[in-house]
Amino acid sequence: MRYFISLTAILALLWLGLSGVYKPLILLLGALSVGLVVWLTERMEVLGAEHDPASFAWRLPRYWVWLIKEVIVANWTVARAVINPSRVQPVQLRVPITQRSPVGRVTYANSITLTPGTVTTRLKPGAAYLEVHALMPSTADDLRSGAMAERVNRLEGPG
Amino acid sequence: MSVEVITQVISALMLGVGGVFAMIGGIGLVRFPDVFTRLHAGSIADTLAPLLIIGGLILLVGFDLLTFKLLAILFFLLFTTPAASHATARAAIAAGLKPLGDDTRAQGDSSSNT
Repeated sequence: MRYFISLTAILALLWLGLSGVYKPLILLLGALSVGLVVWLTERMEVLGAEHDPASFAWRLPRYWVWLIKEVIVANWTVARAVINPSRVQPVQLRVPITQRSPVGRVTYANSITLTPGTVTTRLKPGAAYLEVHALMPSTADDLRSGAMAERVNRLEGPG
Repeated sequence: MSVEVITQVISALMLGVGGVFAMIGGIGLVRFPDVFTRLHAGSIADTLAPLLIIGGLILLVGFDLLTFKLLAILFFLLFTTPAASHATARAAIAAGLKPLGDDTRAQGDSSSNT
């Protein structure tokens, strides 16, 4: 039930934001399309904890701010490597996974890939580590320090 | 100087710097040695460039419904590009390409300075 409510709320918000025309007929059509999508997801049986758009909800903005800061710093490092390609020294490394939930693991793997300088090359279900390709030893060391894993753990919350 | 002029100047700066970073990403795509390192260069054009360009556009339009749409573009971009990068890396590995500097087998989990 929780997932129904959060999915409906987010779809409605998305519709309202994209539409901009708030006449009764259009609003009715919008409500119908939101209803249709929610009904379809129910029929497809994809609604659940792993597809809940509101998972991590209130902790997410803080994580995003931190992640965007990290992305900007990493961009600077990689941009300097483009100017001077002799800095490039690829490293393939393994990073331990400390997240409990599948959503947390995917969030971690995706955050690693989103940060320039590191790309997740393998995330096996149930494995204890991620395989990561890093552009330079310095970007690999940033990952080994575990600061990002720590943040994602905090995003998952206690419990 | 009025506030309007200042926001326009900041916006122009963000658009310009965003464009420069997109170009750096493109240059890196050509200069880097193999598929895996090129993915890193591509991710500059995927992350910082759209952040700056969309940030600059938001400053230009002010706060209204268009802001929401621009943020939605940024949001979907930031969510989908890691999946694409990861898929490319997996495909390269599946095709038998070995990343340069692959020393995991030799070093195990310990760190090294390569």
